[in-house]
Amino acid sequence: MALGEKVKKIRSKNAGPFWLTIDIFCFDELNFQHIQKHLDTASVARLFHIEPSQILRFDIAPLQVIKFSLPRPQIQGTVNDTDMHGASFAALLEELELE
Amino acid sequence: MRKNEIVKILVPAGALGIPYDRAALHAGLLEKPDLIAIDGGSTDSGPFYLGTGTSKYSRSATKADWAELMDARATANVPLLIGSAGTSGADAAVDWMLDLTLELARERGEHLKIATLKSGQNQNSIIDALERGSITPLDPAPAITPQIIEDTTNIVALAGVEQIQAALNTGADIIIAGRTTDTALIAALPIARGCHKGAAWHGAKIAECGALATTNPNSGVVLMCFDDKGFVITPMAEDAAATPYTVSAHMLYENANPYILYEPGGYLDVKAAQYQSIDEKSVRVEGSIWHDTSPYQVKLEGARFAGFQTISVVLVRDQHYCQHIDAWIDALKNSFAKKAQKNGISDVSLELRIIGQNATLGALEHRKNHAGELGVMAIFTSQDQARSQEAAKLLNPDLLHLPLTPHEPMPTFAFPFSPPEMNKGALYEFCLNHIMAIDKPMDAFTLQITES
Repeated sequence: MALGEKVKKIRSKNAGPFWLTIDIFCFDELNFQHIQKHLDTASVARLFHIEPSQILRFDIAPLQVIKFSLPRPQIQGTVNDTDMHGASFAALLEELELE
Repeated sequence: MRKNEIVKILVPAGALGIPYDRAALHAGLLEKPDLIAIDGGSTDSGPFYLGTGTSKYSRSATKADWAELMDARATANVPLLIGSAGTSGADAAVDWMLDLTLELARERGEHLKIATLKSGQNQNSIIDALERGSITPLDPAPAITPQIIEDTTNIVALAGVEQIQAALNTGADIIIAGRTTDTALIAALPIARGCHKGAAWHGAKIAECGALATTNPNSGVVLMCFDDKGFVITPMAEDAAATPYTVSAHMLYENANPYILYEPGGYLDVKAAQYQSIDEKSVRVEGSIWHDTSPYQVKLEGARFAGFQTISVVLVRDQHYCQHIDAWIDALKNSFAKKAQKNGISDVSLELRIIGQNATLGALEHRKNHAGELGVMAIFTSQDQARSQEAAKLLNPDLLHLPLTPHEPMPTFAFPFSPPEMNKGALYEFCLNHIMAIDKPMDAFTLQITES
């Protein structure tokens, strides 16, 4: 089952022109614990063709949110950038199959 | 601050130009705020606005919304403050906002004292600062050289609370600030009056997008009450509520790190913050901590010209070509390379994006899409608009007719327009993700007074 079908919402946004931040909102505490256990940072790094060490990860239990922040695939608005607001990168995580 | 003193800031919306609930603004005015503060911009719409110093929103829409806030200011008889005016907060954008304000003051017959706080940086002083070692890259930062600084069309420094306080201290009725951190606009007055610094910055971050930290984000209007220990957020719309969840979750928003916020002169740490509902629509927060840092540093943003672009679009409906689109793209690139060389326009770069296959995610796309039709967007970039257009015209016959193999009947694809190429104008790029140390907070900023 893909990650997007298991959680409430996945949101991707610019965090300034140089960073992308992705918030995974889980349904409840149990769901959060399950996702936390099965979603590893390395599989997110593979989606973005980067090393896990380039990703900041925050597991925020009170909000039941897992957050990943990473350098933007292209700096916002440069000639090769394809998504000015960075919102579409969420689709990569929504379609990620959990182990 | 005096015991039990509360500083109230009314935030009408996340930014000027975003819709908000009019009844909620009226309700907010009845709460007797000390200041009405609104953000006017962001980098989120891309580098063009800083590059050109122009506004993302239309002048007429901005004027209509600003007129309502000028009304609110007159009713409340407190200062009205806008930061990051005109989207980018560049000097030209501040002048645009001042011009609009003076026009409204004339139309409304108001005599106002208007302060402008400019954040624009002189290229030479930035080059001096670079050579002095006062500029530090953040992670990740593009490499910078004096030449890159000279190529910028606008550099701004982000003002913090000290500069906003200087503007407030002029006693102006309206303050139009250039680039400012979203938070400093709201945190400046509570900090000047002696409220808890951690609470002031944290509350400011929560309110910077208006009612986004509540159950009705589109209602816009929030009242922020600051005191010597914490802050309370109350949305002003009847059907909106702040909850510990909506408030604490806002620290995630457009923030790489949800616990730490770097600001001019220090940073905010909210790890120990406690969120508590105090009635059906308000949340009180305590426990956030502000740390001063030295030297005093401000963040820089810069945009530079990166070429002129022409765009052509062609639609491919033929299933044979849809199935072999990658081979067709390669054939287009080969043909373009030959024509560019033959016609002396090798300085024009071509990028082909396949809409329906991977135009959104580029190299990160891993789905194999089988769309019934595909769009090919050809993007030409060079230092000269005429050359980018010339290159597009050279490729247009191929976009219309290029066969996959020499021996098949000549295909014809769909141009949605005549001509198929469009001059997109100038491209700008963000070229700074750096901080600059300054001796005194006002060193990189200019404050001026205009009477209407």
